[in-house]
Amino acid sequence: MGTEWVEDTVYTATAVENYRGNAHRIDWNGADVFGPRDISILFRRKTAIGASGRDRRTGPHGERGGPVTAPRLAVVGAGVMGVGIASLALGHGVPVLLVETDASRLAGAPARVHQHLRLARLTGALPAEEAPARLATSASLAGAADAAAVVEAVTENGACKAEVLSEAAMIVAPGTPLISNTSSIPIDELADSVSCPESLLGTHFMNPPYLIPTVEVIRGKRTGELALAAALRLLSALKRTPVVVGDTPGFVTSRILHPMINDAVRVVESGTATAEEVDALLQGCLGHRTGPLRTADLIGLDNLLDSLRVLHERTGDEGCRPTALLVDKVEAGHLGRKTGRGFYEYGETLL
Amino acid sequence: MTTSSTGAATAQEIEQELSCHLEKRTKRSWAPEEDLFASGALSSLFAMELVVYLEKAFGVMIGGPDLRMENFRTVRAMSSMVLRLGGDAEEGGDA
Repeated sequence: MGTEWVEDTVYTATAVENYRGNAHRIDWNGADVFGPRDISILFRRKTAIGASGRDRRTGPHGERGGPVTAPRLAVVGAGVMGVGIASLALGHGVPVLLVETDASRLAGAPARVHQHLRLARLTGALPAEEAPARLATSASLAGAADAAAVVEAVTENGACKAEVLSEAAMIVAPGTPLISNTSSIPIDELADSVSCPESLLGTHFMNPPYLIPTVEVIRGKRTGELALAAALRLLSALKRTPVVVGDTPGFVTSRILHPMINDAVRVVESGTATAEEVDALLQGCLGHRTGPLRTADLIGLDNLLDSLRVLHERTGDEGCRPTALLVDKVEAGHLGRKTGRGFYEYGETLL
Repeated sequence: MTTSSTGAATAQEIEQELSCHLEKRTKRSWAPEEDLFASGALSSLFAMELVVYLEKAFGVMIGGPDLRMENFRTVRAMSSMVLRLGGDAEEGGDA
């Protein structure tokens, strides 16, 4: 008779607890149908009914009920991107579990999320009248068991990412999309470390994620249709416009932008022009929104360096070999906007 | 943190301190009614930096309804918002 699926649209805290360990999957669904204000029914869950016919929506003791709550998104890593992505989700009414192993970074995360939400409101990037969803923080991934999707946003290092993704794959329900947020690491390289490579895909959010409406989405060789569709529904609920691309080092944006920024650094290094002059020309003559060096400061120079190394190792393109000036700045701890100094000086470090 | 501890700052004091801060940060001077963001040289990220600066320097809390670009567009707009929010000099500095 096979497995039957029932769909329900009501979420209860007790029910979510009861579902753990049972054969079920949670699906992002209906984002186009239900508006963000109707968050309680924004997502639908499909629940497997076993051969016995027992409806697993009922807990082991037959209990039901509890307050209605939306399934949450787990974000791993409370660095610049993790905090930004969490803020984007919270601002669109999606509850977030933010996981970070560094104690001081974890402790500071809620205040940083708060500042992001204020910036988003200031610039009109989020609906002003809507209260943000609930943020939970944790040092452990264990709480991600009920997550409807996991976004991994740890350091741009294949081994670090693989470790987190592998752990997440063992914790979440089968079929839960695992999304690696990366600027350059090929998704298929990470797929070997997860038990369910078909659930894995990539995103490359720009910084800050709520100010930039377009998101690069990376479909790996082994990415399944269901995971991709679920991720696209999530992005739609977050009011982002996805562009799905293939899986090569740096994908599209980093493959083009990062060597270009590297060249801009080289121009400054050689004394041809100052950072201000390079940016002024790229902005004024070529229509670049902020200039490559201001963009570098916003990306984070450490992240840019990691990404260039990934590109250089995998493509052999000498244009991707990090310039000495960039390496020097990172070694000196001048990482851009987030530390208050990079190619420019910043008054307040808030992002 | 640089205001006196004798109560509310005047519009002139606020504008002066604000202009000074802007000149230091942007390496140019700004007329009181000049639009900081019109040329595109300053971004919305700079506006958020101004929020943090105003709160620290003048001891105000800029909440929900005031978080609009219009309030940060000119020196005058910012100073009148600070005045309206109390601009209590005694609250200045670290809370």
